[in-house]
Amino acid sequence: MAIDTLDRTAKRIVLTVQDYSLFAARAFMNLWTEPRYWPEFLVQSDIVGFGSASIVLLSGFFTGGVLALQSAATLSQFGATAVTGQFVSITMIRELGPVLTGIMVAGRNASSMASELGSMVVTEQIDAMRALGVDPMRKLVTPRIFACISMLFFLTIVADAFGLLGGGAVTVVLNHQDGTQYFSKAWECLRYPDIIQGLVKPLFSGYIIASIGCFYGMRTTGGTQGVGRSTISAVVTASVLIILVDFLLTRVLLAIFPPL
Amino acid sequence: MMETPAAAQPDPIPVSASVPEAADGGPVVVFRNVSIAFDGPPVLQEISFSVASAETRILLGPAGVGKSVLLKLANGLLRPDEGSILLFGQEISHMPEEKLFPLRTRVGMVFQEGALFDSLTVRDNVAYQLIAEGVPDHQIDRRVRKALRFVELEDTFSLYPSSLSGGMKRRVAIARAFIRKPELLLYDSPTGGLDPVTSTTIIELVMKERDVYRTPSLLVTHRLQDAFTLCSHRFDLEQNRMVPLPKGVTDPNTTFLMLEEGRLIFDGSLHELLHSENRFVREFLE
Repeated sequence: MAIDTLDRTAKRIVLTVQDYSLFAARAFMNLWTEPRYWPEFLVQSDIVGFGSASIVLLSGFFTGGVLALQSAATLSQFGATAVTGQFVSITMIRELGPVLTGIMVAGRNASSMASELGSMVVTEQIDAMRALGVDPMRKLVTPRIFACISMLFFLTIVADAFGLLGGGAVTVVLNHQDGTQYFSKAWECLRYPDIIQGLVKPLFSGYIIASIGCFYGMRTTGGTQGVGRSTISAVVTASVLIILVDFLLTRVLLAIFPPL
Repeated sequence: MMETPAAAQPDPIPVSASVPEAADGGPVVVFRNVSIAFDGPPVLQEISFSVASAETRILLGPAGVGKSVLLKLANGLLRPDEGSILLFGQEISHMPEEKLFPLRTRVGMVFQEGALFDSLTVRDNVAYQLIAEGVPDHQIDRRVRKALRFVELEDTFSLYPSSLSGGMKRRVAIARAFIRKPELLLYDSPTGGLDPVTSTTIIELVMKERDVYRTPSLLVTHRLQDAFTLCSHRFDLEQNRMVPLPKGVTDPNTTFLMLEEGRLIFDGSLHELLHSENRFVREFLE
């Protein structure tokens, strides 16, 4: 009995992974062939980019602030509070900026994509679209994926910048240190590989957020309850995958750009 | 089969210049031994029938018997497990989705609850296909107003679906299905859940499309009165309303199919339906 349950669960997981791979690959390939829906891309870019800007800059600012607080407390034991800027800068740009932005955007947009498309599925709007001769993958999924990839790139830059500002504000106002020293250290320590690391990750996170959100939305079954289930699955899966892929990417990027 | 006044005397109903036909002039839709199941017992088994040019087929059966599934199979929205389906003479059972899209633009489909896009206005809903084809705006507006006039809802042009009643939504869905002059119409319970007056309005629109444009159609319903009204009336364009056919006369191009537990148990005219010896048919009619 238990073996049967395990067997069924394993098959279901493998089947879901297979379905997702085909779905994500098809959505990606659609960009290279006609028809393309640029107005949809712009609308989604506005929703993902401008719509998420406030939460991203706030979370970036306070994360930078917390980093400065924590690092200054530890670094003061070694008389090295001068390198707070370096610590905040490297941590935000390499790691926390991309990951936190990805998770914040996943919470906001993977859920909205899953619930929006899920509602369209249960009210037969997706079938109606297909019946009208329009491919929902091209019209709904592909623009969301590319809007999310491009916007997450810029949102990560916003999060990084506000993280540095937050760290700077804490350094000057709460830690009573020199702001010029903080920003000069933060700038001097940065190398191109750090920036490349920080800006490659959001490209993958953006793809994960939109493809997972759309995937769970498009396979919604079971009415409004099903929409709720899809939304939860989309946010949880996207958040976990972002962290998992971040780990793998960090491993690869550190191998390509070894630390000095 | 009984004769219509149309067959007995000159046809008073204007017929569209482009009478729809399948590529080879044969049936528009053909089902051959079609079966489908979803994680359980078969929903449809060994279904075979066809829809000829200018023919209206009414699919009867109790709720949950697979009527909507059959309609979606006819449009390639679902794939059969077994058997073959021909749409406009082309086998669609295994046709790739990309090739199905152009074929579907020739079919108008009215969904059970209308399935209007709730983020778009009535104008954009009705014009959905035209917008996708890049038709100029002024042409779109003119054609949408014409389609909305057909369903007598011209005033809803700029409204959103959320501000429409259930019956109005169905009528907008019908306008959306009609706007490109489809070669086949599929109606999924267009009167389901509506009050009798609104149902009659919808059936009148279905009849208007049947008699004015001679569009072949497949109509799913579990309401016998709608089915009988379609058989016993014709649309009079001069009076702009449906009028009853003479007593004992029925529309010869309107025929019936009946499903029971996923199987097709009846295929014939109204006369044959009323005189069927099948126990389930008798129970359904009573």
